[in-house]
Amino acid sequence: MDNEKLSLPNYNIPQDIENVVAITTLDRLYNWGRRSSVWPLMFGLACCAIEMIAAQTARYDMARFGMEVMRPTPRQADMMLVSGTVTKKMLPSIIRLYNQMPEPKYVVAMGACASSGGPFKEGYNVVAGIDKFLPVDVYIPGCPPTPQALIAGMIKLQEKIDKESISKVRWYNKEKFDGNYVPMPLLGPDLIDVRRNTEIRDIAAKKTTQESA
Amino acid sequence: MATATQTQTVDLAARFPGMVSADTRPGYTGFIVNKDNLIEVATAVRDEFGFDLMTAVTGVDYIAENKMEVVYHAFKTTGGAGLVFKVQVERVDPIEVPSLINIWPGVDFQEREAWDLYGIKFTGHPDLRRILMWEGFEGHPLRKDWKEPFYEEDVKPYKSRWPEGNHTYAEEKNPYRDNLNFPEGFDPEKFTVDKEEDLYLSLERDTAKDVDGSMKTEHIVVNMGPHHPSTHGVLRVAVTLDGETIIGLKPVMGYLHRNHDKIGERNTYLQIIPYTDRLDYFNSMSNNFGYVTTIEKLMKIQVAERAEYIRVIMAELSRVQNHLIFIGMLMNDLGTMYTPSLYAFEERELVLDIFEAVSGTRMMCNYFRFGGVVRDIPDYVLQKIKDLVFERLPAKTDEMERFLNENEVLVARLKGIHVLNAEDAIKYSVTGPVLRATGVPYDLRRADPYSIYDRFDFDVAVRHNGDMMDNYLIRFDEIRQSLRILEQALKQIPQGPINSQKAAYQVRVPAGEAYGRIESPKGELGFYVVSNGKPNPYRYHVRPASFVNLTAVESMCKGSKIADFVALLAMLDIVMGELDR
Repeated sequence: MDNEKLSLPNYNIPQDIENVVAITTLDRLYNWGRRSSVWPLMFGLACCAIEMIAAQTARYDMARFGMEVMRPTPRQADMMLVSGTVTKKMLPSIIRLYNQMPEPKYVVAMGACASSGGPFKEGYNVVAGIDKFLPVDVYIPGCPPTPQALIAGMIKLQEKIDKESISKVRWYNKEKFDGNYVPMPLLGPDLIDVRRNTEIRDIAAKKTTQESA
Repeated sequence: MATATQTQTVDLAARFPGMVSADTRPGYTGFIVNKDNLIEVATAVRDEFGFDLMTAVTGVDYIAENKMEVVYHAFKTTGGAGLVFKVQVERVDPIEVPSLINIWPGVDFQEREAWDLYGIKFTGHPDLRRILMWEGFEGHPLRKDWKEPFYEEDVKPYKSRWPEGNHTYAEEKNPYRDNLNFPEGFDPEKFTVDKEEDLYLSLERDTAKDVDGSMKTEHIVVNMGPHHPSTHGVLRVAVTLDGETIIGLKPVMGYLHRNHDKIGERNTYLQIIPYTDRLDYFNSMSNNFGYVTTIEKLMKIQVAERAEYIRVIMAELSRVQNHLIFIGMLMNDLGTMYTPSLYAFEERELVLDIFEAVSGTRMMCNYFRFGGVVRDIPDYVLQKIKDLVFERLPAKTDEMERFLNENEVLVARLKGIHVLNAEDAIKYSVTGPVLRATGVPYDLRRADPYSIYDRFDFDVAVRHNGDMMDNYLIRFDEIRQSLRILEQALKQIPQGPINSQKAAYQVRVPAGEAYGRIESPKGELGFYVVSNGKPNPYRYHVRPASFVNLTAVESMCKGSKIADFVALLAMLDIVMGELDR
């Protein structure tokens, strides 16, 4: 339901209580509550984290949008702001943090590195984008994104939350809901994504024939 | 001046005939020491010649000559030129070089790094584990014959991209369609993960602790980080605790290892500048400064006069905002969550406005070029800097001091905690404000002047107790001295060109080596570059201040409380981008 319909509902409210009663939908109330209190995980990876801190200070003041309550524990966080280069060595910890976050949870990839690997993509210890492992809701471009860009990205996330419907969200769907669990990658000779085990084994076995051909 | 470090003041070859020979390769300086005599020579370098500060240790892979080289840069804390000596070994595994950890304990992490990235075994090192990558990683990445999964060509610009401007995704070329590379025949199902037993075994345990009258306590090992609010990023420390007291501690890093050296060796000289921005991301201007100073040393070019002043102004502004943030972050870690750092960030924003006005970006300035800077400072920006330097910043520094210095909680948390004495600080190669707080007046702007710092009248900030309180106060002293330099520079800045060179995408760097260092806000930031005359550096190494300063942390916090350790990390002013590179 769009804003115009909401402010002009087809209900006849008696004139004497017109200023006291407001009519809205359950979805809108639910979304309003959640979008206004997106608590990010207090979690900085690299350069972008500094701009994330700057976004919370007086000049930019993220608190205006209800997202300044940084929670150091994933159990209390709603949103993971991946702020910086994701390295292979760090990835298992990030995945573990993500798995520990309760639903509903969102992931925002802040900056070029988190979105795609950025300037460090070619590096041997760099994961080329967190979206290879986590479902990303919003990508924020920039290296690093300015605080304004970060706030714009967060508002985009709020817009996304606004479109949700309590009857359809995955975390109330008992049949389909799997907790959004991401299996932990392992640190072996290189980063092992356990979801791709057979593929990795097959390619590793084939490799010599390819090179000699 | 810039050439001071390159003149040799001692003749090791004459002192040790037969063991040491001068490095006669064109463009190279220093001495080549026989591997078997390294300990003997190094001891003499420290005791006879007085080079007490071992700053940089790194490896170089000369694959064409089939040699692996370890390069040592030793300096005196009294200032002056350094001494470079090298060890060359055959490039056949196992590559073994004696460890110098008993002579300069500060080489600890740097030797581990050389082992990790080059596979050079330092015999006698008590804890030679990988430091930036994890145990079990395949290969030693900085060797010239090791190729990363997204390898395309040895050097940039890649033929696929330039000059035709085509673009292919790196994923499409790799068989795994990702940044992965596994050894042949690898089976992930049969793989078992390294349980990091080596790390936990390296932690000190004090098993016999049943002293009369004391409570029987049990030691626990706690992992702090890599996700921890107080570790300034993604540092991890493994701590053995007895109650709240620290028994043993080992930092574990590499969680932000972005392969700066390897990418740098693929890049052209100019392409590296934006990467240096991302080293110590609070002070991109200082990082630029260190890098271009090194390359200018190799190129033997002069810097335009106006650009020298602009550089100093930018570097000192960057120091001021770094120290302000330091104070804010230290307060955060002491528990005054956010209020002091809000004050600090307010001033920082004003400095960043200036950076944005001159360079176009707030944080990653990419402003310096070989021979000068990229853009001139417009007059209105210069006026803005003057307003800031002459009026606002001195007043705000005083204000912060007035608010904080006498605070009872702050004094109780800082005074007499984590005392580092001068002897230990030098032993562990600590540099920067942390060293100066112990009473050693070692500031590269005075000890080994670079750029035009010899023209300014300023004092080296020194404090003498070496505790946390002094480390905190010395930051205010340094802000004041930086403001003094800024005032002079702003008054003296001449008109004129901002670059002595023509703008070019590629610079010609003659073959040779150079070690350039500057006094970054965190300490000595060094760059070791080996050029072979091609458009890309053959070896590009960063000697980060945070990384080496962290060597001292274990000895500093033994026996103190875990809560104070959090404050200690803030005090060392580490930045993960620089620490892990």
